[in-house]
Amino acid sequence: MISIRNVSKAFGRVQAVQNVSLDIRAGEFFSLLGASGSGKTTLLRMIAGFEGVTSGTILIDGQEMQDTPPHLRPINMVFQNYAIFPHLNVRDNIAYGLQRLGTPKADQTRMVDEMLGMISLPGYGGRKASELSGGQMQRVALARALILKPKVLLLDEPLGALDKQLREQMQLELRSLQRQLGITFVLVTHDQEEALTLSDRVAVMANGEVIQVDAPSSLYDHPKTRQVAAFVGTMNFFDATVRKEGPAQLAEVAGLGTLALNGSGAGRAHGEKVLIALRPEGLTLSLSRPDAASFAVAGHLQTRQYLGGRQLLHVAVAGRDAPVAVSAPATRGEDPWSGSEGSPVWLSWAPDAVTVLDPT
Amino acid sequence: MALYTGFYRPNRPLAVYAAVFALVLYLPILFIPIFSFNSGIYVKFPLEGFTFYWYWDLFQRESLMRAVWNSVKVACFVSLLSTLIAIPAALAIARYRMPGKAPAVSFIMLPLVLPGLILGVALLTLVNRLGITLSLVTVTLGHMVICLPYAISVLLPRFIGFNRSLEEASADLGEPPLRTFWRVTLPCNLPGILACLLMTFTISFDEFFMAFFLSGAQSTLPMYIWGQLRFPQDFPSLLALSTLILAFSFVLIFASLKLAKIGQSVQPEKGR
Repeated sequence: MISIRNVSKAFGRVQAVQNVSLDIRAGEFFSLLGASGSGKTTLLRMIAGFEGVTSGTILIDGQEMQDTPPHLRPINMVFQNYAIFPHLNVRDNIAYGLQRLGTPKADQTRMVDEMLGMISLPGYGGRKASELSGGQMQRVALARALILKPKVLLLDEPLGALDKQLREQMQLELRSLQRQLGITFVLVTHDQEEALTLSDRVAVMANGEVIQVDAPSSLYDHPKTRQVAAFVGTMNFFDATVRKEGPAQLAEVAGLGTLALNGSGAGRAHGEKVLIALRPEGLTLSLSRPDAASFAVAGHLQTRQYLGGRQLLHVAVAGRDAPVAVSAPATRGEDPWSGSEGSPVWLSWAPDAVTVLDPT
Repeated sequence: MALYTGFYRPNRPLAVYAAVFALVLYLPILFIPIFSFNSGIYVKFPLEGFTFYWYWDLFQRESLMRAVWNSVKVACFVSLLSTLIAIPAALAIARYRMPGKAPAVSFIMLPLVLPGLILGVALLTLVNRLGITLSLVTVTLGHMVICLPYAISVLLPRFIGFNRSLEEASADLGEPPLRTFWRVTLPCNLPGILACLLMTFTISFDEFFMAFFLSGAQSTLPMYIWGQLRFPQDFPSLLALSTLILAFSFVLIFASLKLAKIGQSVQPEKGR
């Protein structure tokens, strides 16, 4: 649906987007995820036409669009602060694009009423923008864009201004709306949880470049670079050296010892420096040395971070500066770790939990 | 009861000072309406008696009515023209980066602080050199020189504060740039534009120096007042006239200040 080919954007000497190529499929919920300054908003604004491209091409539905002004592109957008027209009421805001098309008045009224129903704000047509809450403005912005039946809907951090509960509710609504309408959604967000929850695929951006495009679960379970692994979720990193002993592949982790790499180290040469990445939930913590585990390390429990129903335990290990984060359930009434800060513990993990990455 | 009421406690001495300040500022002006209802010719206490005669007298003077009409005509043209000219100028200043913008803006604002006398002499010299006959047209031009910086200073903060994503939204919904200006930029900034019209109208209506130098046979209202000051028996009528002008100007300026505040763009608030 959208093809971005070698697109770059420079603002003066600042390279905001560098040689990005992406294919966004029809009917897909696609997210651009990155920290502020990663170029995700600039990329979205180039798709919308508010910024020109410095080089490269943007195809929407097979047509080159990089030289087309925004009002002629077959896409609509939900703005970060919703950009509800303050001089118009809700009905006229939603009908704004229809008036341009010259849709007959009766049809306009019917379509706006349908939209008001869809966004669960029936009877709000006569309200002024200033009489709406943040969540309601967000819905009106959505209706105003969707009434034109765009091929692609762009969303620029649409939930950033809402408080947590409303944001989670709107996430569910956005997801089911996209499923129901089958329109391609392109979402810009800095919130990795939001990107993982909503998207079919996520492009992770950093320093103006796309560093990985994948489904949320692949992104989480199989990050391709240290940057992605660190940005999406929590990750423990260990510097290691690959060693080959017969058919078995091992990794020697400085200060810890040697652990087996079950396939995840495929293609790595003997003596190669690598980065071992482990998710907190891939680690197990026990008070005594586990028998069954292939690899175990002694340490002591430094701090406990209670997250409600779940906890992160930070374990200090000799020969390592940063503590290792381990995720554990925090069930009501039976939490073995409460009050055990400072106690000696054992860390262990299954070889399958290990991800092997390039060191940088 | 606690003695310390907080960092932002009311400050009584400062409040008294502010009240005295306002009183001193407006006391002289207060004499004008008071004596305009006094039946005696001379401005002195005690007041003699209450009368509307001076107000009635005003409407009997044909030359005054002509001066009022001249002033209204000039003020209408001045406010419309200077606002129309100031809108694109203020938009350009608010939106685009240009080399030498800051000095250019200061230069535009300079007539605000230039003495009217000097501006008047300068313009008179120019008009004479060009061989243009003095008339209400030259007064209008002179007033525009004075009003343009005011117009820009009223419009500029509005345009700078204007949320441009509203225009982006309009373009995104299919409207080309000119239609976007017409459907979004203009109506959203209407209060500011009305404020600008009222402000420039008031300034032109009350202006003396430019009119003094640049008017020909037809005089404006301030010129008329200046001319009548020679006749002591007319003085109470002038006080009545001044009272009316004062009230009129107050209403216009107050309305323009109120307008300048309303109609700003709507932003979502967190946690609503």
